[in-house]
Amino acid sequence: MFPEDIRIPLEGWVNDGLDWLVVGYGDYFDAINRFILSFLIQIEWALRTLPWWVITVLIAGLAFHATRNWKLPATVVVGLVLIGTLGLWDLAMQTMALMLLAVIISILIGVPTGVLMANSDTLRKIMRPMLDAMQTLPPFVYLVPAVMLFGLGKVPAIVATVIYAVPPLVRLTDLGIRLVDAEVMEASRAFGTGKFKQLMKVQLPLAMPNIMAGINQCTMMALGMVVIASMIGARGLGEHVLVGIQRLDVGKGLAGGIGIVVLAVIFDRITQAYGARQMQHSGKD
Amino acid sequence: MAEISVENVSKIFGANPKSVLPMLDTDADKAEILDRTGHVVGLRQVSFGMEAGKIHVVMGLSGSGKSTLIRHFNRLIDPTDGIIRVDGQDILTLPYGDLQKLRQTKISMVFQNFGLMPHRTVIDNVAYGLEVRGEDRATRMTTARHWIDRVGLTGYEDTYPHKLSGGMRQRVGLARGLATDPDILLMDEAFSALDPLIRHDMQGILLDLQRELMKTIIFITHDLDEALAIGDQIAILRDGLLVQVGSPQEIILSPADDYVRRFVGNVNRGRALKVSAIMEPVASGLTGTVPADHTLDAALASILAHRGPVAAVDPEGRPVGTISANLIAQHIAGSQETPT
Repeated sequence: MFPEDIRIPLEGWVNDGLDWLVVGYGDYFDAINRFILSFLIQIEWALRTLPWWVITVLIAGLAFHATRNWKLPATVVVGLVLIGTLGLWDLAMQTMALMLLAVIISILIGVPTGVLMANSDTLRKIMRPMLDAMQTLPPFVYLVPAVMLFGLGKVPAIVATVIYAVPPLVRLTDLGIRLVDAEVMEASRAFGTGKFKQLMKVQLPLAMPNIMAGINQCTMMALGMVVIASMIGARGLGEHVLVGIQRLDVGKGLAGGIGIVVLAVIFDRITQAYGARQMQHSGKD
Repeated sequence: MAEISVENVSKIFGANPKSVLPMLDTDADKAEILDRTGHVVGLRQVSFGMEAGKIHVVMGLSGSGKSTLIRHFNRLIDPTDGIIRVDGQDILTLPYGDLQKLRQTKISMVFQNFGLMPHRTVIDNVAYGLEVRGEDRATRMTTARHWIDRVGLTGYEDTYPHKLSGGMRQRVGLARGLATDPDILLMDEAFSALDPLIRHDMQGILLDLQRELMKTIIFITHDLDEALAIGDQIAILRDGLLVQVGSPQEIILSPADDYVRRFVGNVNRGRALKVSAIMEPVASGLTGTVPADHTLDAALASILAHRGPVAAVDPEGRPVGTISANLIAQHIAGSQETPT
């Protein structure tokens, strides 16, 4: 047995710290909450008001743009119609809105962080254990503080989803930028390219296949979070599954599960196809 | 055109480069300095000048510091000590903005593995330097097209680099280097990654362009045949130390030490040496003539046709010396005596 008088009162510290945040800075978190919510409401409004066929055509069009091929768009149509006929359309749109916003926020946070990490070995050393923790910490651990700070509902779900989904994007952006050929970087310096232009014209375009792989991972992980997120009040397919489990209604749970799988397949293939297109000219012989 | 001079330039790699500088004044060699201080000597008190409008070859084995040296001229690497002047101006004191301007307008570079941007087409690669310095699209495209044509790649404007062969890729690299109309062109082992035939072609292209453009070209190579083929002046580095600077003829005829002698030992002297380098004083009564800037091989044909010594003449046809088969034989045989 470990001696009982040697203890770090971590639990107390964290609880006190969280109380201090909630009491002292609650207004700020409310502001962030409203800010995120305003975007989510708009995305949700668009997805839930537009007729089903408009959305189907839009996503199929995106699939065609990504692959230049009719196979994926056909899969998209079949998948979305399946969701509709299972009676899950509205729920799927809510889930999709949640996922889209989480992915957008992840990109806004993850890509710049990855870029900074690629430029600084010190930052990389600091970030790596943090990313490891974000990926391995059970989501429930940060789900509760998220609820305490943002209240029940969709915003803490998005925050938790971002925490869960952003690490692979950060890692792959960092990797992609570090993998850019040193001689190409040297060439761009030799022609007098400044740091920012170098990032925009050379590093980001050449890191794009890796960044797209990161976005793909991020999307998949965001969809993987929907059931857990529904426990704190996020609506959508996750809730359907959760309710199914709670009532021992296997059919309901399975239907919701299928809906999530269909969305995952669609967005996985689309983001992968964009990644593959970026790869086309990467010139590895 | 621009004149470059390197004055007492040293480059040391390691944790505290400045601390090692005093050791360079002693006779401790590179290995000893590495052993005692953990620092690597890249360049050691190198001084020499480069005339404008000429091709200056810097030669040496790998690890001799030649690639380090060439990166000093556009400050991809900064020296630990010393001064580098371009047209009299010390470029090491340039503020960041002026340095970028120098790289955008006055000095460009061609790389060993081409350094092309895989996500850009040939024309966008060639136009890269112009884009960086903010030229408008129409100018960029016109200029880029011109240089693509000059290096013989017309029709490949919209191709991506990975679809091109090595030789074609380096033509793109050369066109990109020339498109900004720099005074100085840095070529870092530019043809070393190409197979011998293509390399020979590229040397031809470079010499053709140079006859007209008269850039100041600094060309790094480890291949003496290449150095002799294109160099107006050759500088030889060993372990960061400048061993010899001179014309190709001087390097072959009077190598400064064993290191240089080993380089020149296997040279085909008949093709590398010129009549003017070995001819004897003008003699009378010679019927045949041979231009003094021809190679020994070429002169030999003319001597055989005349069955005896011939007069070496300058471009105006005035005799400047005498050359005989015997003399040529001596100099070609001379190479056999040198240790290899």
